[in-house]
Amino acid sequence: MKDGQTREAASRAAAAAIECKNISYRYPNLPKGAPHAIEQVNFAVDTGELVAIIGHTGSGKSTLIQHLNALLKPQEGMVFVDGKNIWENKSAVRAARFVAGLCFQYPEHQLFEETVEKDIAFGPRNMGLPKEEVHRRVREAAAFVGLDASLLPKSPFDLSGGEKRRAAIAGVLAMEPRVLVLDEPTAGLDPQGRERVLQMILRYRAQTGKTILLVSHNMEDVARLAGRVLVMHRGRAAMYGTVEEVFAQAGALNAMGLTVPSVTRIFLRLREMGLPVRDGVFTMEQGIAELLRLRAEGEKEVSHD
Amino acid sequence: MIKDITIGQYYAGKSPLHRMDARMKLLLTLGFMVVIFVCKNFFSLGLLAAASVVLALLSRVPAGMLLRSMRPIVMLVLFTGTLNLLYTKGEGMHTLVELPVWRWTLTITREGVNTAIFTTTRILCLILASSLLTYTTTPSMLTTGMERLLSPLSKLRVPVSVFAMMMTLALRFVPTLIEEVDRIMNAQKSRGSNLETGSLGKRIKAFVPVLVPLFVSAFRRAAELAYAMESRCYTGAGARTSMKRLRLRWSDFAAAGCMALLTAGVIAINYFWGSVI
Repeated sequence: MKDGQTREAASRAAAAAIECKNISYRYPNLPKGAPHAIEQVNFAVDTGELVAIIGHTGSGKSTLIQHLNALLKPQEGMVFVDGKNIWENKSAVRAARFVAGLCFQYPEHQLFEETVEKDIAFGPRNMGLPKEEVHRRVREAAAFVGLDASLLPKSPFDLSGGEKRRAAIAGVLAMEPRVLVLDEPTAGLDPQGRERVLQMILRYRAQTGKTILLVSHNMEDVARLAGRVLVMHRGRAAMYGTVEEVFAQAGALNAMGLTVPSVTRIFLRLREMGLPVRDGVFTMEQGIAELLRLRAEGEKEVSHD
Repeated sequence: MIKDITIGQYYAGKSPLHRMDARMKLLLTLGFMVVIFVCKNFFSLGLLAAASVVLALLSRVPAGMLLRSMRPIVMLVLFTGTLNLLYTKGEGMHTLVELPVWRWTLTITREGVNTAIFTTTRILCLILASSLLTYTTTPSMLTTGMERLLSPLSKLRVPVSVFAMMMTLALRFVPTLIEEVDRIMNAQKSRGSNLETGSLGKRIKAFVPVLVPLFVSAFRRAAELAYAMESRCYTGAGARTSMKRLRLRWSDFAAAGCMALLTAGVIAINYFWGSVI
């Protein structure tokens, strides 16, 4: 009976890179009556999609992503990665670690090896890959994050902050996970470092077409990168939809302690002031285009008169 | 697993033990530990074990929490207990059982059994007493108490207040570092390091990727803290006053009286019933 259910659910999830079915988790060492960290969360991510997860501090984002590579076991519900129930057996748990590559907040705090090269190789070596393959993956991952080959023999502790961050991300990329999960990859970086990391994510997606989950507090980044947005609020999945659908609900987001991109806020205000601007302005580029369109229309009207 | 460590963990409550002066608690805990090693026969040991249980009940700390603080030392207790059981040998001992095991013979003597019972009970009482101290006293009160108790040493130019500050800081960073260990372990597990299974040697090796980042971050935190303290003019010199005053009350003296009675009882029992170890 249970097997039948699992198989049925697995076949349904076959198309999805990640599917969480009604998962709930409560930290076991909290006093009784403490709320669940996540409760009845349901969502699926299609293969090749880039989904952003947003939510206020303590909304359950980090707890949620730790379920995706079997660091936490949901007390209720099931997690499917690439159509497989990751808690089916012991080998599935270990496999899940490699299928979903999790890159935590401030990943540079995990660097430990003597050289950058060895550190990036840590994951692939744990996968038991042959030496040449590990070597290839290290070179590729380093190139991907824009680390110069001359940095590889250096100690990771001699790198700059931004370089450390990229080296740590390379350590996850080198495992070539089918799903990449990034928890605030740009937190605490200077503007140039942020831009490099964001460019890297875009390039990675364009070249590999792999599924990416991105936890972010920066709505501009979300609007620029993501296809769909999952909004977490008090441990529940409060909204899940396209960038347009989610950011159209500025009021509801504000109530959850979140905002819409500042460009969107400007255009909402312009509308209130009576300008005929369109909906769906979330990025700077869209904003510029919309303003140019308005000006062009205005000029047309003037010339008609 | 990591979160089971209960050093310096405080359980908020309003029991008589919580209300006691930290200095008195420290002194009495020390005294209790000495008495644990003074007792020589089963009657006095029983009295001390009973006293420990009464103290535990008095503290109103949940039994589950107390047991959790014992969990890390279960192995140690079993180990020393077994060693004592099997390796207490000598002239004129009463052999109870002789077990032939392959090439050796394991001899269990009555003295061995006694020693095993004594050591295990003593260790358990020691742990219980010291964890009751940390459960019922906030770390800051504990260090203030120690500072005050050791303050006569500052006459001898021992930097007592600096040591007290070091204690406070060390205790303050215990939970932070535990969190850090959890975070780093998760990060390395995500990179496929296997921390749960494998032989002991393999597992120790698997902890290198956790320990190196832990030390790096501990040093970073220490440096940041030092800058923060220096920028607020901390020099360690001069008599610093404490926000919380320690005050001895009649109940503290009553507790001291109980302790004196207990000590006298143990010595009397030792004297009248003789010693078994």
